[in-house]
Amino acid sequence: MSSAPVAANIEDRPRPVGDAGRAGQFVFVAAIILLCAWILVPLYLLFVNTLSSPAEVTGFPKSGLPSFSMGSVQFFLSFSGVGQALWNSLLVAVLTMVFSILLGAPAGYALSRFEFPGKEIFRLLVVMTRAFPLPLLALPLAVMFIRTGLDDTALGLALVHTVLALPFAVLITFSLFAGIPVELEEAAWTLGCNRLQAFIKVILPLVLPGIVASAVFAFTISWNEVFAASVLTIENRTLTAFLVQNLNVSPLHLKFAGGTALVLPALIFIFAVRKYLFAMWGIANR
Amino acid sequence: MTNKALPYLLLTPAILFLLVFFLYPFVQIAVLAFAGPEGFTLSHFQRMTSHWKFGTALANTLILTAIIVPVQLALALSMASIVTRLKTGRSTILYIFAIPLGLSDLAAGIIWLAIFEQSGFLNSLLVGLGLVERPVLFLGYQNIGWIFAAVIIAEIWRATAIMMVILVSGMGIIPKEYYEAAEVFGASRWQRFRKVTLPMLRPSLQTALILRTIAAFEVFAVVVALGGTTLPVLMGETYQWQFSLRDRSVAASYALVILAISIAATLVFLRLLRVPKEAKI
Amino acid sequence: MAEIVIKNVAKSFGAFQALHALDMAIADQEFMVLLGASGCGKTTLLRIIAGLETPTQGEVWIGGRRVDHLPPRQRGISMVFQNYAVFPHLTVFENIAFGLRMQKMGQPEVERRVRRTAELMHIEQLLERYSGQLSGGQRQRVAVARALAMEPDVILMDEPLSNLDALLRLEMRAELKGVLAESKTTTIYVTHDQVEAMSLADRISVMNGGKIVQNDSPVEIYRNPAARFVGSFIGNPPMNFIPAKRTDNGRWAVAGLELDGPRTERELIEFAIRPEDVFPGEEGFVADVRVVEPLGAHTLVTCDVAGKPFRAVLESDRRVSPGETLKLMPAASRIRWFDLDTQTAIPA
Ligand SMILES: Nc1ncnc2c1ncn2[C@@H]1O[C@H](COP(=O)(O)OP(=O)(O)OP(=O)(O)O)[C@@H](O)[C@H]1O
Ligand SMILES: [Mg+2]
Repeated sequence: MSSAPVAANIEDRPRPVGDAGRAGQFVFVAAIILLCAWILVPLYLLFVNTLSSPAEVTGFPKSGLPSFSMGSVQFFLSFSGVGQALWNSLLVAVLTMVFSILLGAPAGYALSRFEFPGKEIFRLLVVMTRAFPLPLLALPLAVMFIRTGLDDTALGLALVHTVLALPFAVLITFSLFAGIPVELEEAAWTLGCNRLQAFIKVILPLVLPGIVASAVFAFTISWNEVFAASVLTIENRTLTAFLVQNLNVSPLHLKFAGGTALVLPALIFIFAVRKYLFAMWGIANR
Repeated sequence: MTNKALPYLLLTPAILFLLVFFLYPFVQIAVLAFAGPEGFTLSHFQRMTSHWKFGTALANTLILTAIIVPVQLALALSMASIVTRLKTGRSTILYIFAIPLGLSDLAAGIIWLAIFEQSGFLNSLLVGLGLVERPVLFLGYQNIGWIFAAVIIAEIWRATAIMMVILVSGMGIIPKEYYEAAEVFGASRWQRFRKVTLPMLRPSLQTALILRTIAAFEVFAVVVALGGTTLPVLMGETYQWQFSLRDRSVAASYALVILAISIAATLVFLRLLRVPKEAKI
Repeated sequence: MAEIVIKNVAKSFGAFQALHALDMAIADQEFMVLLGASGCGKTTLLRIIAGLETPTQGEVWIGGRRVDHLPPRQRGISMVFQNYAVFPHLTVFENIAFGLRMQKMGQPEVERRVRRTAELMHIEQLLERYSGQLSGGQRQRVAVARALAMEPDVILMDEPLSNLDALLRLEMRAELKGVLAESKTTTIYVTHDQVEAMSLADRISVMNGGKIVQNDSPVEIYRNPAARFVGSFIGNPPMNFIPAKRTDNGRWAVAGLELDGPRTERELIEFAIRPEDVFPGEEGFVADVRVVEPLGAHTLVTCDVAGKPFRAVLESDRRVSPGETLKLMPAASRIRWFDLDTQTAIPA
């Protein structure tokens, strides 16, 4: 492509009289820059604190530039319980991810492919869970978990987090499956597949990226959850629960390094699934 | 090739799961809140409401929500409109706008703590510019107003992304022809936004508002990170009663209060932004 | 041996009755074309035969076996879908090979069959592409090749050539007919294109509103439409219809002419004639010419007969111009009569 057609294109477009158009353009660009700064600057400042020595973190005034001292990070990583908490967070999040897909995807598939009595009731149940302050479920579940030996375990917490993530998993996978023409599946049937074979050979390869995206979404839900994690774990704290518990007593540099530990995976994950963030809401919110 | 049992088979795991881990604890909460030694009782509720923090916590939660959600709605709408208008760099800007989506309220609290704490960046800036003599103690217990503001800012910073994402996808499925038609009939950009975008966006607005309002009622970790227990909110009180005060029945009563206002808000939005079935795209 | 028998098959979607108690038999190796207006139930019927849709009632037999409870893969059929259904995650080669691989066929044989069907459909140069890199017509040919490669007993095709340009369609049509005859396949073929239907079919089933109105050889369908609908649907342009009133002497008054007609109790029936079966002359219907469309070999003339539009196909060396008045005489042997109430043909 040469630049000529582009130039022609700009000329072609009817514009409000020169200056007004340019001023509008300027405001538009300025708004974008401001909004990006609004999102990015606080994150940057968190990283600055994390990459400064503990003394600098508590020092005043601050320069706003990192000294690239690993002091805070080292302190954080060697603080007793942090390693365990990170591991617990990871474990719970992975379990949540697996459960919510294993439970949610079949349901999403059923909703997308069949008309059956009770379908609306199930949808209502799923939507209802969204209107419920779910972390509160941890309160009665704590008792039930003590009885069943699930208290203070990664599995127990993952089950609660799955309640949080399941509605999303169902709705997202529903929209993914609904986006794949039934005819593709039917064509596979006429070509000798049974239902399962058609699913594995045709549907699965097509939805896999989307499934991964919704799994990652479940992961972040669990990774970020604070309340239920604080209620349900005592010895086996997740990172969020650990930080909340120690907020009052821990030094600033521990908080900031902890904050960064919470933020980094989320940044990476959102980047990984950015293509699907929108697809999954487009239909799922009907 | 219809197998009547198959859909139910596929739904069974999810249904069983929700029965055990959603409906059952839901009932349990109700039982805890209303059951006393001699059957039904309102004593837990009385205990909750008679505690001096209850009124404050309820008021704080409602006020926070009433400020945060409308601001977020306006901001999310602007961001979504900007994104949909963008031609170059769209995906980068979108990613930046969507970053907070992956962040917990705890992380947001900590991030804004770095700014608002006494030796933080805001004070560094103010002192550097000579606007104040010495660092201000924004987040002290004498300064409820500032804690309030910090919580509001942190929540707006963090949770606008989810609204924006929902609205962007909503805008994405509005057929282009409507805009073109409106333009042909001479509607200005602002008129197109008011007359085409907003009405067509109702389902998405509904989803976004319901999700965000309910989440705002559950505000917890940001408040703890920025203000400790200085600023009581419903979810924080629930936590306090469960752990510090060790009264699970009152905690359950709190849970029911949060549930009640959540349901009320949901119903209001469902009614307010009703989309008649015949008017769907 | 794969004759198809459909007994009393009906299908409703909720309150909407898409198919009304159909009976139909397609002989082994026969080429049957389903023809009918959009929405009349052709795809639905095909899907019921394929096993993709469960009929509300009735039976489907293929090759002497009752199959309506069997899944598609056990029916010995393959199908070309109206919207192609080419798998987007597989190359053209793998698309065509898909069914063969399901049969655990050896690689050399798969290669051989894929290449042969691909050549047949003129897509051998596209084998490595993905569906997203193909045009609509190319995708359609992949879908046909995929079904042909299976070498099934029965092949069901839902408008398989609809997206090709006229020339390619002509060529594909001929090749398809050859291949299917050679492979002794029983074929059901849905199309909107009457020329295609005529040229391919051993028999044509004309459908209307979920019913089969006529099931006959192409020539019969064209010459002796069993129902008014068939006459008005088949033929380009279709038949002309004029009301006919019984006269005192038992003949029929049709737009100023008195013609011999069928013996019937009715006072009022309908006269029908194909546009190419009227001839200009000294006598006939008084026709005011409105529009003249020269089509090369013929000239299509739209006139006004007794206040109604009437089309005639004339020799192109005959010059006609709008405003002129012609006398058009129907060829007696080609006149057909229809009952106004039942809308069916009245035998002469
Ligand atoms: N799943 C369905 N639910 C409800 N109605 C349906 C369904 N499938 C088809 N129909 C209706 O049944 C009728 C027949 O549809 P069908 O697809 O068989 O038509 P068709 O003859 O193939 O039309 P076309 O030539 O346009 O492809 C149509 O009126 C259609 O609206
Ligand atoms: Mg069809």
